[in-house]
Amino acid sequence: MANNHDQPDNPSRRNLLKSAGIVGAAAVGSTATPTIIAQDSPSTSQATSPIAREALEALTAAEAETLEAICDALIPSDDNGPGAREARAVHYIDRSLASHNSAARHNYMVSLAAIDEYARQTRGESFSRLIRDHQDSILRGVQDNKVPGCEPSASAFFNMVRSHTIDGTFCDPYYGGNQDFVGWDMIAYPGIRLSASETDVAQGAALQPNHQSAYDNQTYTKMADNMGLGTNNSGGRDNA
Amino acid sequence: MPKRLPKTDVVIVGMGAVGGVAALPLTNAGLKVIGIEAGGWLSPRDFAPDELRNGARNWPQSVQKAATEAPTVRASSDATAVQGGHPMMNAVGGTTMHYWAQSWRLNPWDFKVVSATRERYGRDRLPADTTVEDWPFGYEELEPYYDKVEYAVGISGQAGNVQGRINRAGNIFEGERSREYPMRPLRSSPFTDLMGDAARRLDLNPFQGPAAIASELYDGRPPCQYHGFCNKGGCHVQAKSSTAFTTIPKAVDSGNLEVVTFARVTNVVTDNDGKVTGVDYIKGSETFFQPADVVLLASYTYENVRMLQLSKSRAFPSGLSNNAGQVGQHYLSHHQGSPVLALFPDDLHNWYGLPAQGVAVDDWADDNFDHADLDFIGGANLWVHTDRKPMAAAKMSTFGQARNWGSDWKKFIKQNADRSNTAYIQKTTLPYAGNYLDLDPTVKDPMGYPVTRITARYRDNEKRIAAFVADKMEQWYREAGASSVIKTGPGNAMGASTHAYGGTRMGNNSETNVVNRWGFSHEAPNLGILGASVMGSSGARNPTLTAQALSWRTAEYLANNWRSVVG
Repeated sequence: MANNHDQPDNPSRRNLLKSAGIVGAAAVGSTATPTIIAQDSPSTSQATSPIAREALEALTAAEAETLEAICDALIPSDDNGPGAREARAVHYIDRSLASHNSAARHNYMVSLAAIDEYARQTRGESFSRLIRDHQDSILRGVQDNKVPGCEPSASAFFNMVRSHTIDGTFCDPYYGGNQDFVGWDMIAYPGIRLSASETDVAQGAALQPNHQSAYDNQTYTKMADNMGLGTNNSGGRDNA
Repeated sequence: MPKRLPKTDVVIVGMGAVGGVAALPLTNAGLKVIGIEAGGWLSPRDFAPDELRNGARNWPQSVQKAATEAPTVRASSDATAVQGGHPMMNAVGGTTMHYWAQSWRLNPWDFKVVSATRERYGRDRLPADTTVEDWPFGYEELEPYYDKVEYAVGISGQAGNVQGRINRAGNIFEGERSREYPMRPLRSSPFTDLMGDAARRLDLNPFQGPAAIASELYDGRPPCQYHGFCNKGGCHVQAKSSTAFTTIPKAVDSGNLEVVTFARVTNVVTDNDGKVTGVDYIKGSETFFQPADVVLLASYTYENVRMLQLSKSRAFPSGLSNNAGQVGQHYLSHHQGSPVLALFPDDLHNWYGLPAQGVAVDDWADDNFDHADLDFIGGANLWVHTDRKPMAAAKMSTFGQARNWGSDWKKFIKQNADRSNTAYIQKTTLPYAGNYLDLDPTVKDPMGYPVTRITARYRDNEKRIAAFVADKMEQWYREAGASSVIKTGPGNAMGASTHAYGGTRMGNNSETNVVNRWGFSHEAPNLGILGASVMGSSGARNPTLTAQALSWRTAEYLANNWRSVVG
């Protein structure tokens, strides 16, 4: 049991399943905590879709699995709709740890291991395999600074993960989170508009969401027309 | 040895809010000006509506000069200073590229805090350890320059006092102005209407605040599109009246302004007679000496002070213009903390709002109310505005109604993301003995120069104002229908601020001030200093327009008195 976390359940098998277009919780069977490793969004998980090339850029598979469970508890999928999992907040965090937030990489490594260790010591299972009530109980302990081994402290780590999970759920989808605009839809943000009329504002939450990324506007993409590269607009969705 | 460049009439160090303004009257007068800027040119293409990049990731400031020399901060001289962040932008246009753009005139009281307080309340009402002085002139002397800048840059707003005619749609407490704003105010919104109506029911005097944002076609620039990303993101259509899109291009078009970008001034050079002769700067891997008849320091408050403190010479062994020991003294940063938060029962329709679209109440600002039975002087401008973006909305307070994560939290923000508001409350802040800027003894920038050290803390006067006006703000929110209000307490730290004043204060007394009434050094007569570093009091509102008006005034004085300044 103690070594379970070092052996996340057979990633190669999962990748094979993914290659066959059979993905998600149902495909991997028994586990109640499907991991991001094989988790594609509904829109790209069709058998006919090409496989998205996607690396874990900063996190290990085990870290990603623990973090996925934490993010899922912070912003759950529930009666009020999709949450951090559907937004792919972990995908966002992983990419950010390999780039802008690289200074936080060490704290993620140490603290995710500490939380998982605490789960196994107190509940006998890795964090990601616990039932939600037990996960929530441990996370309350992290927030209240009662779980040992986190850096720079348990509560500081909690605040950082919470902040990053929100970033990954509500940021522009360009950055790999807020997949399919689930975050913006959750809070009824009607989307990025380059101009908002008084009528738009008056409508408030009744305004139809436009599901636009900033980078759906060609003027902001790298290959803009004033660089002499024409006006080709590939649609702006660039999650790569 | 630095490469010596051909001499010019005027060097301006910094092409931001104030340097960018000064360039126009100078070049219009036919003077040859070189503007040295640590940043580069940005275009509207750079201002994508991207909350993560512009806000959370602090783009592009995180890699700029200011970030590499951020001040260290401590509350008092017995503490160790710790380096924090730096809030300002390095770019042609400086922080006017992406600031809130609130563009206030100070209240006439702010120019005469000492004499007006003594006259109305007696000699003992000034806080014991404040070093505040009356300005060397009153509001009336600055009024023509406020007017020039409002029209040259392009300010939208509603006047409240034009030549003594009071208009209750505007600020009835403002000083008399010579004419209307060049543009009507930004449009109102459901939320600003809600708050304005509530204020009137309380017999307060609400009005829409002034903004350096075009509300209609102005000088070839289109009006605000209200997309809501201009705070930290800049304006995608140049409606924001940044100097980069207003005065600087005009000065360049005159043929008399050359802007040198990505250049860092490291030293203001002085001769043995105590006159400045030019500046040393580094661009790329080369060092240059740019000779000039006049040097105008126009970087931010921390950098103006630091440049003087770093520029030691035979004539000024403890730093340029510092033989009286006043450089770095009388420092203050605006008390803008202690926000008041409110939760409303209905959506506020603020998703496409901006910080400059709001409602102000000045009834509790400056000396607009009787302080006879109070234990402080001054007051605060109460400002509520419409700025809201999704990441920040999701990080809203839960007003004690839910833990800040999990299903209950999600339910809370799903319902309330567009129902909260945070008041922005700027308070009169005074300079005090013991609040100052000097060079940090240990922390250096990557080039090896010491960074600025801030030693400062708020005192009782600021904290008492904060507590007093928080109650007023709560009343206003409650009248507008808020179901929950949080007051966050009176104190906050005095770290690096976008509203930093003093350090090169302006005044007639050369023993207590660095520059004279025209903005030129008491000790080095051909050195001028532009920016809020010359201001000796904060008022209760954003400093930029006042700093720009002072800058225009200094530049105009120089153009009209060239011989006497150059000597």
